[in-house]
Amino acid sequence: MIAVQVVALLLVALGATATVMARDPVRQAVVASLYGLTLGVLFFAFQAPDVALSNIVIGAVALPAMIMLAIAKTRN
Amino acid sequence: MSFLPYVVAVWVCVIGLYGIVTSRHLIHAIICLSVVQSSTYVLLLAIGYRKGYAAPIFIDIPRSTKAVDPVVQALTLTDVVVGGAVTALLLAIAVQLDKHLGTLDPDELDPLRD
Amino acid sequence: MARQAPPRRRPGELSFAGRRRLFVVGAVGLAGLLLWGLAGLPDFSTFTPVYGQVLNRVAVEERSTTDVVTAVNFDYRGFDTLGEEFILFAAVLVLGLLLRALAEERRGKIDDDAPRRHPGKTSDAVRLTTVALVGPTVLLAIYITAHGHLTPGGGFQGGVIAATALLLVYLGGDYAAMRRVRPLTLVTTAKAAGAGGFVLIGLGGLIFAGAFLQNFLPLGQPGHLVAAGTIPLLSLAVGLEVAGGFVLLLSELLDQLLVLRRRRERRSQ
Repeated sequence: MIAVQVVALLLVALGATATVMARDPVRQAVVASLYGLTLGVLFFAFQAPDVALSNIVIGAVALPAMIMLAIAKTRN
Repeated sequence: MSFLPYVVAVWVCVIGLYGIVTSRHLIHAIICLSVVQSSTYVLLLAIGYRKGYAAPIFIDIPRSTKAVDPVVQALTLTDVVVGGAVTALLLAIAVQLDKHLGTLDPDELDPLRD
Repeated sequence: MARQAPPRRRPGELSFAGRRRLFVVGAVGLAGLLLWGLAGLPDFSTFTPVYGQVLNRVAVEERSTTDVVTAVNFDYRGFDTLGEEFILFAAVLVLGLLLRALAEERRGKIDDDAPRRHPGKTSDAVRLTTVALVGPTVLLAIYITAHGHLTPGGGFQGGVIAATALLLVYLGGDYAAMRRVRPLTLVTTAKAAGAGGFVLIGLGGLIFAGAFLQNFLPLGQPGHLVAAGTIPLLSLAVGLEVAGGFVLLLSELLDQLLVLRRRRERRSQ
C-alpha cells in the first residue's frame, strides 16, 4: 500500500466521523461536501478516475446543494 | 497494513449507523445514511485494486499494461449516481413530513398521530 | 418555529442514553462480524478478479473502447445500467409526485410578479463569476459525455455536471433567467428521451445483432471520437436522462423554496 492511499483512507475515516458528528444540518452539508472530496481523492489513489469524477460531482456538489435546499425549506 | 481499507470500510459503515441511531434531525439521519452507503464504495474499489496496476483506461498506455479491475469500478460508478437520486427522494420525504407535522425530530414523530 | 411539547416517552420506550448504549453493544457485534467476514477475503492488493482481467485484455480490441469502465457500463453489463437508469427515473418521478402539492400553489404566484425577482442580495462579483462559469460548465459536460469511451467520464458524470450549470445560474441571482434556461417541458422530454433511447438502442441490438443491447453499429478505430458503435450513443442517452433528472430534482426543491420565502415576505409586510 502506498502512502497516498494510507493518508486518503485515514482522511476518509476522519471525514465520515466528522460528517456524522456535525449535528447541525447546515454545517453537516458543508462537512459532507468535504467528505465527498476526500472520497474522490481516495478513488484516484485506487486508480478509479471514473468513480472519482462522479463522486466529486455528486458527493461534493449536487448532494450538499440539495441538502441546503431541503434545510432552507424546512426552516420556516 | 494490508487490512486497512477493509477496516476503514467497516468503520465508515458503523459510524454512519451510529449517526442514524442517535440522530435528532431527519436530514441529519439522511446524510448519515449516505455515509453508510459510501462504505460500499471503499470496499468495492479496495477489492479491485492491485498495486502497480494502471487505471483501466488504455488511451495512452500500451494495451498489454496490467490494469485494475474495471467491473467493480463500473458497479461503484452507477451506485454513486443512483445513491444521489435516492438521497434526494429521502430529502423530499423529509420536507413533506416537516410540512405536515411541523417537526423533523424523529422522537417527536408519533406513529399514532395523523 | 413553534416547537411541540417535549417528546413524551411511551411506556416501554428506551431513553436516548439507553438507546445509545444498546446501539454500542450491537455495533461492536456488527463490526466484529463484518471484520471477521472481511478477514476471509484475500489481503488488500493481492487478488485480481479474473473477469475484470479478461475484459481489460479484450475490450479495446472487441469494442474499440479505450475506457474499459465505460465499456462495462454501456456494453458488457449494459442491462445493469438500464436498471440503474430506471431507478433514477423512478426516484425523480416520485420526488415530483411528493412535492406536487406545493407545486400547485406555485402556479400563478411567481409568474405574475416582476421578472427580475430574487430573494437574496447577490454581489456583483458572485454574479459575474457564476455567469462566466455557466458556459464552460456546459461545455465540460458535453466534453465529458462525448469522450466517455475514450477517457474517464461518460453520461453519468456529464449529466450531473450539466445539471450543476443550472445551480450556477441560480447562484448568479437571476431567477427569471433560471426559468428561461430550464423550460421544464423540454427537460422532461429530454429525460424521457434519454430513458426511452436507451431501450430503443437496446432493441436495435435485438433486431440487428440478435441480443438485447448487443453492439450492432460499426466499431471504427480505438481512440477515435466516432467509434465503439452503440457505446457513445448509450452514454449520450444516459447523459440526457441524468441531466434531465437532476435538473428536475433541483428545480422542484428550488421552486418550493422561493414560494415559501415569498409567503414569509408577504406576511411580514
